[in-house]
Amino acid sequence: MGAPEPLPARFAPGARVQVRRADPPGHVRTPWYCRGHAGVIERICGSFANPEELAYNRDGLPAQPLYRVRFSCRELWQDYAGNAGDAVEIEIFQHWLEPA
Amino acid sequence: MKQTDEADSRGYYRRMQSAIEELLILKGVFSGADVEREVKAMDSRNPGRGAKMVARAWVDPAYKARALHNGSAAAEELGFAVGPLRLIVLEDTPRVHNVIVCTLCSCYPRMLLGLPPEWYKSSNYRSRVVREPRTVLQEFGTRIPDDVEIRVHDSTADMRYMVLPLRPAGTEGLDEEQLAGLVTRDSLIGVAMAKAAAQA
Amino acid sequence: MRSHHDMGGRPAGKCEPSEHEYELWEKRVDALMMLLSDKERQLLKVDELRRNIESLGADAYDRMGYYERWMHSICQTLIQRGVISIDELGRKMAELEARDGRA
Repeated sequence: MGAPEPLPARFAPGARVQVRRADPPGHVRTPWYCRGHAGVIERICGSFANPEELAYNRDGLPAQPLYRVRFSCRELWQDYAGNAGDAVEIEIFQHWLEPA
Repeated sequence: MKQTDEADSRGYYRRMQSAIEELLILKGVFSGADVEREVKAMDSRNPGRGAKMVARAWVDPAYKARALHNGSAAAEELGFAVGPLRLIVLEDTPRVHNVIVCTLCSCYPRMLLGLPPEWYKSSNYRSRVVREPRTVLQEFGTRIPDDVEIRVHDSTADMRYMVLPLRPAGTEGLDEEQLAGLVTRDSLIGVAMAKAAAQA
Repeated sequence: MRSHHDMGGRPAGKCEPSEHEYELWEKRVDALMMLLSDKERQLLKVDELRRNIESLGADAYDRMGYYERWMHSICQTLIQRGVISIDELGRKMAELEARDGRA
């Protein structure tokens, strides 16, 4: 009995994505400040067990694709005054992302 | 028996640590020697490891390419085990400056840099570096020119990050060990630049 | 509800580049975490540790030291998993307190 296959990746590097605006309870690794915001897939990091499940000592499988998503600071913060190229990159699991 | 109030909380958690360690040794979960070994291992991890990787990357373009492609493998190449987490090396360029944070807790490349400094875990740093990175860097004495882009890396999941800072000017004559001496912990986090050659 | 630990972007004070020499007991908390979460033992998952830290109230989170939060959380996880009982821990801590008192 092996582990279930990791879920297939829905997004490729360069794709525009939007973080779901959701507010579930529990242990969530998607920072509040990026929810609802659009960014670009910088890379696929691989597949990893879902921390929302691991937090309750479950196996978190099937593994979820994990992405690094690049957000422009001006997208995240309306009044951001620095260089237009300034950006924040965040690791986000696939189930938090939708096509933008 | 004295009831614990706030002023005594340090003693309380210290005692809890001893109690749990003793109970787990009695239950055979681990031995006292296992605990000592872990403490020693953590003491042996320090930013000198990251500095060695950076110095090698500065002198050896092929190593640098491997480090940027797969940071974990590049660390292991120099004998530093990084465990199951994956290391991503972030290259500073004349156009881009990188800085790392963990806004949700305090994830840090501890296998290469040891335990994080106090400020890295502070709410001031965690709250503000994603919001106003240029101001925060100035508080560390680091001014990033307006035309250089800043990339803040929030370590939220299974990746860990280390910055490959710019090689300081005027260091052509230095050997790898001297170069490693220019690489500070803060430059590996990205709140400072590597030291200038004269400061070595 | 935004949780207190999820602080990216919140207003906060100036960064003081403070250093802290870790005390031995803090390193031993770290050692407990490393051992309990390793492949051989698997008695604690890092995300369980985080969850139990996140469930501290905001006041306690801010007031407690970093390794105090960890110790609280390791303890909670071991109780939740049934590795230790509250009663045996309470007795052991009382025993240590009595021992320290005599020392």
